[in-house]
Parts: sequence; C-alpha cells; structure tokens
Amino acid sequence: MLTIRVIPCLDVRDGRVVKGIKFQGLRDAGDPASRAADYEAQGADELVMLDVSATPEGRATAVETVRHIRAQLSIPLTVGGGVRALENAGALLDAGADKVAMNTAAVDDPTLLTRVATRFGAQCAVVAIDAARRLDGEGWEVVTRSGKHRTGLDALAWAREAADRGAGEILLTSWDRDGTRSGYDLDLLGAASRAVRVPIIASGGAHAPAHLVEAVRAGADAVLAASIFHDGDWTVDAVKAAMAAAGLEMRR
Amino acid sequence: MKPIVRVVRTGTANLASVVASLRRVDAEPVLCADPALLRAADRVVLPGVGALGAAMGTLQGDLGDALRARVEAGRPTLAICLGLQLLLEGSDESPGVPALGLVPGRARRFDGDALRVPQLGWNRVEPDAGCRLLEPGYAYFAHSFYLPDAPEGWAVARTTHGVTYTSALERGPVLACQFHPELSGAWGLGLLARWLEA
Repeated sequence: MLTIRVIPCLDVRDGRVVKGIKFQGLRDAGDPASRAADYEAQGADELVMLDVSATPEGRATAVETVRHIRAQLSIPLTVGGGVRALENAGALLDAGADKVAMNTAAVDDPTLLTRVATRFGAQCAVVAIDAARRLDGEGWEVVTRSGKHRTGLDALAWAREAADRGAGEILLTSWDRDGTRSGYDLDLLGAASRAVRVPIIASGGAHAPAHLVEAVRAGADAVLAASIFHDGDWTVDAVKAAMAAAGLEMRR
Repeated sequence: MKPIVRVVRTGTANLASVVASLRRVDAEPVLCADPALLRAADRVVLPGVGALGAAMGTLQGDLGDALRARVEAGRPTLAICLGLQLLLEGSDESPGVPALGLVPGRARRFDGDALRVPQLGWNRVEPDAGCRLLEPGYAYFAHSFYLPDAPEGWAVARTTHGVTYTSALERGPVLACQFHPELSGAWGLGLLARWLEA
C-alpha cells in the first residue's frame, strides 16, 4: 500500500534558501541543491520548492535553481510560487520540476488548472490552497496574495472545483496555523479529505512528529513541513521513524 | 565511453528527470524523435507523462514501428509510466485509440470509494521469481490507470493500491515500469544501472 509521504519545503528567494540557520554539515546551507540532496539522503519522499522572490529578476532565477536541484535529485520535486501561466509551468517542468503548484493565479483564473492538467497531465498539476477559518467561525475561506486577501470563497468548494478542473493533488495550508508551531488544522484536513478523492498534502503548523501523525490520522496523504527540519531539531529519517513507531506505513 | 541512451521525444512527456537520472548512472541521454535512429540505437527509453491518446498520436507510423521492432526483437528498451501503457493493446483512458499492442492487456482506471486517485506516492514493488532486473523495494508512482493482469510471456512485479496489479514487466533487456525509476531514489537508480548492463 501507499506509504505516507514526508515532504520538506525549501523557501527560495533569488536562488538562495531563506529559512534555516542551524543547518550543520553542509558546505553551503543556503544552496538549494545542497539542501535538496541532503534531504533526499535523509529519506525525504519528495520535495517542495517555494519561490518567494519578490522581484521579476528573482523569479527568473527560479528556473535555474530548479535545474541545479534536478541535476542532483532522484525524488519528485514540486515547484510553487510565480506559476501564473501555462508558459511558467512549462519552463519549470522543462527545467526538472515534476509538478507545479498554483495558488493565487488559479483562484484568479481557474482555467489555468485545466490548461496545465490537459497539457502536462493531472499528476503535474497541484493546486495550493491557503485556507483560513472564517471570521464567524463557520468553515474556511480561501486567502490569496500571501494571506493579504480574504476571497470569501469556500475552501472546500474550491478544493472540489480544482479537482474537477484537473488538479491531481491539493497542497492545503492552514493560514491560521502556519508559523505557529501548534500543529496542523485537523478539522480542515478531515473535511477536505472527505470532500475530494485526490491526495491531500497537509501544511502549516507542524513542529513535532506527533503533529505529522495527527495530520495523517485526520486524513492527509502526505505532510509538508519546513521549520521542523530547517531548525535542525529533527532529521527526516528521525521523523519517519517516529511516524512508523506510531503505526503508520512509511518508506524506510 | 558512456553508453548512449536515446530518449524518445513524444512531445507530451516531461523529460528532465529521466535525463538527469540517466546521467547519474553514467549514461549519456540523447533526446530523439528519428525512427531510424531509434530502431538502430543500442538503448532506448520511452518515457511517458500525460494522456495515452495524445502520446499515441505521436507514435503513429514510423516511430511506433521502430518501437515495435525493438521490443519484438528483444532490444534494450525501457518504458516508463505511460510508456508501459503504450505497449498494451489500449486503455480505458482513451477508449477508441489502439496502443502499440506489444503486450496483451488493457489499462483500467483505479476505482473504489476509499481510494485516492491518482495514486501519487511511494508504494511497494514485489517482483516474481522470474525477474532479473526488478528487485523488491519502494518506487514512486503517479498514475490513475493500471494493468490488472500479468501478461503471458513476461516476468512481472506487482503492487497493491486497492487492487493488486502488474506494476512492471521484463523480458530480457526489455523493461516496462508503471512507476518512475528516475524519481525512486537510490532504488530507482539501481534499477536503471542494472538495465544499462542488461
């Protein structure tokens, strides 16, 4: 049966990894390709690279960064940030991404998902959904533009529409939990996993292996985490060992 | 001299990961859409991402004939993911489109209420006793259609996602994998290296 995927996330700005200061033993901890190879060696099942460059020049380097990572990496790579058009997706896939994640651009124009899925296959098309609990507490709404804009769009309805339009996977981030280190939003994960049939990657809030285990029990098929690995407290292998000890099916 | 591996450019597949992984096992990948070169090449990889109907569109005529000739003659050929399904008689993904017809069988869609579709992630590959290249281990899969039964005349590996199905086939140096060896870490690179020696 399918194992649970553990997916470290690299935030990259202008070709450099921007998070993670305590990284030991790497010649260049800010080099995305070195960091990616190290995660693979630790047992990462997949990687996500999020381009957080603020300028067009910075974003242009993302394709080069993907090329450098791919030359060393033998596991799947999803790239997000700045995928606004079919051509962006094509350039990243050509450079060595296996999937592209679309967020704000897909909300602004949902046909982008359909076009990417039709051209490159549903397994290449990931919809990244940033969800925040509604201010009245009833359900979740989609937020875009790095959380600056509350769309009013129901997150579960958007997840269903995105899957119908061809997204092969959902990267679901709880905007309420992101950066809090208090664990994933389990209610959100449970509701989303019942709402769609495509796999769900949990994101936002992880800080200990117990959080990852909870997310899987709530319905996630994969767990994305950044600070838990970047801070150097846990290796991927140690996290996977803890998850296996909790009874989950892991690739070891 | 590094062994040259010609990678079929079908126009629908994402080739960067295949090319990078072949370089890592010390081969020299060259993209190719020339039927005569593919027919004569020492080694050919048929990658595949996307829909079967679109890929078969590019494999009509000489390109398809060149692949048929290779597989029938048992020349070193590696088909990946959709590449495996292209060897079959057809797929429920594109009902009216005949595939290459080199392997008996037809691809069906994963079905079942509790099942995630597509299957995305790492799953166990269990080769039968007749396999020479395939070894047990975890491989990375990304697909919605699968080959249910083991075709006659091939050694096979099996995987379970709701159903137990045929996840790889081998006969001499002809190898077809539903999973992606190029994305399956050290285990996948090991398989590529053995195929290069086959």
